[in-house]
Amino acid sequence: MNRLSRARRAVTLASAAAISLALAAPASAQETFKLGIVTFLSGPAADSFGVPARNGGTFVIDQLNKGGAPSPYEKVGFGGMKIEPIIIDENGGATKQVQELRNLYQRDNVDAVLGYISSGDCLAVAPIAEELKKMLVLMDCGTPRIFEEGKYNYVFRTAAHATMDNVGLIRYMKAKNVKMETLSAINQDYAWGQDSRADFVAAAGQLYPNAKLVTDLLPKFGAGQYGTEISALVSAGSDVVYSSLWGGDLQSFILQASPRGLPKRSQLVFSAADHVLPPLGDKMPDGTIIGARGAYGLMSQKSPLNDWFFKGYEGANGVYPVQAAYRMTQAILGLKAAVEKAMAKNGGKKPSTDELVAAMTGLEWQTPGGLVQMKLADGHQAIQSIGFGRTKYNPDLKRVDLVDIQYFPAECVNPPPGVKSLDWIRGGMQGAKCN
Amino acid sequence: MNFFLTIIVDGLIQASWLFIVALGLTLVFGVLKILNIAHGSFYAIGAYVAATVVTLVAAHRLPPSVGFVAMLFAVALIAAAVGLLLERGLLKMFYGRDEVVLLLVTYAVFLILEDVTKLIWGVNPIYATQPYELFGNLEFAGLYYVGYDLVLIPISAAIGFAIWFGLNRTIMGKIVLAVIHNEEMSVSMGVRVNRVYAFAFAFGVLLAALAGALTAPKISMQPGLSSDVIILSFAIVVIGGLGSVEGAAVGAILVGLARAASVHLMPQAELFMIYLIMAGVLLFRPEGLFKRETARRI
Repeated sequence: MNRLSRARRAVTLASAAAISLALAAPASAQETFKLGIVTFLSGPAADSFGVPARNGGTFVIDQLNKGGAPSPYEKVGFGGMKIEPIIIDENGGATKQVQELRNLYQRDNVDAVLGYISSGDCLAVAPIAEELKKMLVLMDCGTPRIFEEGKYNYVFRTAAHATMDNVGLIRYMKAKNVKMETLSAINQDYAWGQDSRADFVAAAGQLYPNAKLVTDLLPKFGAGQYGTEISALVSAGSDVVYSSLWGGDLQSFILQASPRGLPKRSQLVFSAADHVLPPLGDKMPDGTIIGARGAYGLMSQKSPLNDWFFKGYEGANGVYPVQAAYRMTQAILGLKAAVEKAMAKNGGKKPSTDELVAAMTGLEWQTPGGLVQMKLADGHQAIQSIGFGRTKYNPDLKRVDLVDIQYFPAECVNPPPGVKSLDWIRGGMQGAKCN
Repeated sequence: MNFFLTIIVDGLIQASWLFIVALGLTLVFGVLKILNIAHGSFYAIGAYVAATVVTLVAAHRLPPSVGFVAMLFAVALIAAAVGLLLERGLLKMFYGRDEVVLLLVTYAVFLILEDVTKLIWGVNPIYATQPYELFGNLEFAGLYYVGYDLVLIPISAAIGFAIWFGLNRTIMGKIVLAVIHNEEMSVSMGVRVNRVYAFAFAFGVLLAALAGALTAPKISMQPGLSSDVIILSFAIVVIGGLGSVEGAAVGAILVGLARAASVHLMPQAELFMIYLIMAGVLLFRPEGLFKRETARRI
């Protein structure tokens, strides 16, 4: 081999090395992670869930981009890449959301989409992400059907589904010796209300086998006026009145039920009512048992991560964070953990969708609301712990406090892998680990 | 016995505010022959304005009774102004056109007002309950009722009677009736029909807004308020007969009682019952219960 060909070979090798090094180079500071965020910015769910979720997301992304989050999230953005959010309104129905999701992936070229509060929207968009082979993180919707009736590789849900809310509520009532020989229920006549009611009644059948369902009301979503329903509930005089109402409907119900003595006649138990405590204030009857769909808000447990989030959110928005803000935060932190795990494996490059999917599957990470574990649906569905408490108005702080709080571990209130939620409840909640 | 009394009281409470909304709708249809889709939006505007006024009054530490009176006056003023503005500024341009065109115009107004309310009051639920405690609680048929809810029954009966009296026993009312029965003849007799139109539309808007104001203290106002109301009030005027005051009263009571009976006896059939009654009435009296059949003019 002469000197010239040796030199050529060296140049070729050097070029190849340079190219491969360039390809394997860590994500540069200029590189960003485009994140589509979908949440209700208008419509009935905006105030209670959509806007708090957006505010939570904005706060966390801002903090992450500044490197202002506490350990283990102190690294800027996602693995050094600044997060570039594109926020979309979830209002408008499932058909619109399917199109919006395609736009996010194909027009805006986002690296992942994160969001969705409505169960109907989640059910509609999950197959689209799967078809396009793009990363989708569902952050809030409650229906267990997503992974119990479907199987997805590119779809994850970073919060526990609604079964936990109702199993946990019944366990809390039992732990606190709440008498329930008779039960009445009022839930909205759509997927959330009907599924919640089914879970609660089934769980009651296990822990309160003698309880009788006396009145079972399903007013339509957005009914607003509940005078007749309240008459029926007061007339029934059952020991417990259960409801999964939320937002303006729940506020109206409480405003109308309190002066008519319903909270005095029956123990009110609400599966997801934390978000109405700030607007209702002293209108919220003392002693009402409420859940927050996790250990969130006033039921969140002290930790550096929660202090950072709670105080930061409150400072930025003038009100403390409730469930949707927490759920958005845990989704973003979960995605950050997955991106950084994937980057640790691939030499610091921006991960491909498949690398991200592999990193997210079965992931565990700490959040302001506690540990989240992707344990169900082959590592695609999260479980988490949950808290419940009783309301007590604090006239000094002019806010509703929660007392008598009790937490239940994730594996106590969520079904084990491979079992459908309702089957698990009806089968006696076998395998639950409550200690 | 108490059980049936409960159904009747619940039904009448429900009927009371529905009657006021339906009265406005039926009056506008009777005079202007417009099926006003935007009617529910005026109800929502009334509710939002009332909540704003009540909140302002409460902020000045004035008693709830002041808030109650102030909200009614404020709503009446704003509704009358909005009604006149819409009728003079928009609707009159479409008189003489096909009824469907007017229907579409009011649908457009409905969509615009939906967004206007969101722009002004936002998407967050708001409430102003101070007047709701004004009349205390009463025990009746073994249950506690909020006095405010019960007071709505005589208020709506008084409004209904005043309108019936005004239409049938006053000169102005007879002029309005003349326009309802035969517009051409009224014009030839020197009636200023345009003024009657403007008055009737503004009054219809006022009634819708008044119903919104009266219900505001007991509900949480949020977007979507108007569409539910318009559906129910349409059902009432269809049952009672379009353009009939008595029909609106009977329709509201039927709908209120049907809904209350369903919730107490068969909750699953609540919505179905209302439309079952509507379908039943239309089957046997397509003109509604109180609308007289009129000879077709050729």
